Amino acid sequence: MPKAGSGLSLDGLGMPLWLVIELTYKCPLKCPWCSNPVDFDRYRNELSTKEWKKVLQAGRRLGSVQLGFTGGEPMLRNDLEELVEEADRLGYYTNLITSGVGLNPVRLRALKKAGLKQIQLSIQACDQELNEKLVGLDVFAHKIAIARTIKAEGFPMVLNVPVSRYNIDQTEALIELAADLGVEYLELANLQYYNWALLNRAELLPTREQLARSEAQVKAARERLGKRLTIYFVVPDYYDNRPKACMNGWGAIHLTIAPDGTALPCQEARLIKGIEFPNVREHGLDWIWRESPAFNQFRGDGWMKEPCRSCDEREKDFGGCRCQAFLLTGDASNTDPVCAESPHRHVIDELIGCAQKRDEARAGRLVMRQRGLGPRTGVKAD
Amino acid sequence: MDAERRLRPEDVVELNPNYHFRWEEPQEAHVLLYPEGIVKLNETAASILERCTDGRSIASVAADLSRQYDEANLSLDVLKFLEVAHAKGWVRIKS
Repeated sequence: MPKAGSGLSLDGLGMPLWLVIELTYKCPLKCPWCSNPVDFDRYRNELSTKEWKKVLQAGRRLGSVQLGFTGGEPMLRNDLEELVEEADRLGYYTNLITSGVGLNPVRLRALKKAGLKQIQLSIQACDQELNEKLVGLDVFAHKIAIARTIKAEGFPMVLNVPVSRYNIDQTEALIELAADLGVEYLELANLQYYNWALLNRAELLPTREQLARSEAQVKAARERLGKRLTIYFVVPDYYDNRPKACMNGWGAIHLTIAPDGTALPCQEARLIKGIEFPNVREHGLDWIWRESPAFNQFRGDGWMKEPCRSCDEREKDFGGCRCQAFLLTGDASNTDPVCAESPHRHVIDELIGCAQKRDEARAGRLVMRQRGLGPRTGVKAD
Repeated sequence: MDAERRLRPEDVVELNPNYHFRWEEPQEAHVLLYPEGIVKLNETAASILERCTDGRSIASVAADLSRQYDEANLSLDVLKFLEVAHAKGWVRIKS
């Protein structure tokens, strides 16, 4: 997951400060970089309102304080307002992470009344045509309208842009759009390559030149806009030579609950094969967080191999991302191959090389998020 | 508006309304909560922030804290911390 790498290090005293609940994998959009599993439609047994409330109560007892409602599209759950109200009562700082589809002024006011603190709205381009191409639906005008309503209702807001080769050249225009909407935060989140984004990586990874131009534009805008707009810029980690401090370490401060109740150290973790992730329907959250083998598998640094084991940056980056190590080296306990010290760094360099040489004329098509694809194959599962 | 200028001892600051400042029992610490973020404050930072967002000038709070901690003059330390808090957007100058 991208964000943890860009934030500052935070010692949660062993508590899951950040609880992310994925209320559903359902979503009307078809984003070809979706962070949900490629076979998301296999998981249909969503937790009930009562079960989610139990998760919220147990999370708070464990010390969770930041809460993200996400999905899929969380607006598709008609008990969202009820869950926000319960979370607020328990003392969480509540964040809604939404595409804006399903959000309207009536529900917005109900969410405000329920105690919702903040909304992260995604936008994929600053024009209707590209936005529709990237999400597969004509929702641009709705997103802009709902962004203005969110601000009019007095919510602080993060405008989140998943950045790829397709929209990175709109960096300046996206910054202008964010400033015009009056949002407090713009997050230009270059994609990290897992699940659907991995499937479409060759199409989505920007070139080094695109990235450099975008970064320079962000730097100039930060100087120009000052405190009016905080711009977070998440680099595509392939272009780094140090790995991201993913999730601030495995099982350190992040806890994600998937729609079916599976507890995960990050939203992508179930792509790692061979780990049995515990479910809140079968185990108490306390045991899951503190005792379960899955959450202890990569805690601390006892699991590390070389070059991480003897590296003096291991407490800074925690060896990078376990999911990425699994996907690109076949072993989740290897050093994240983004690291220049990794014996697998050549894998990343080859991928970057391909991105520079892509022939626009022969560019392939994006595999849009859809039902019926098998895990990581791009081939029909059944 | 003069939001980007340096703080002065006679200034009164207030908490950015998008930040929630509170005691978090499990962490045994004061925290600042804001969109998708959390900052844990040490005792000194928390006591400065608590007093300075109470409608009083920075100088008056610094004098208070100097008395409480029996230090000659804490005004530079208080101002230094608030400069950081101001730069991070936690507090703003009250107009």
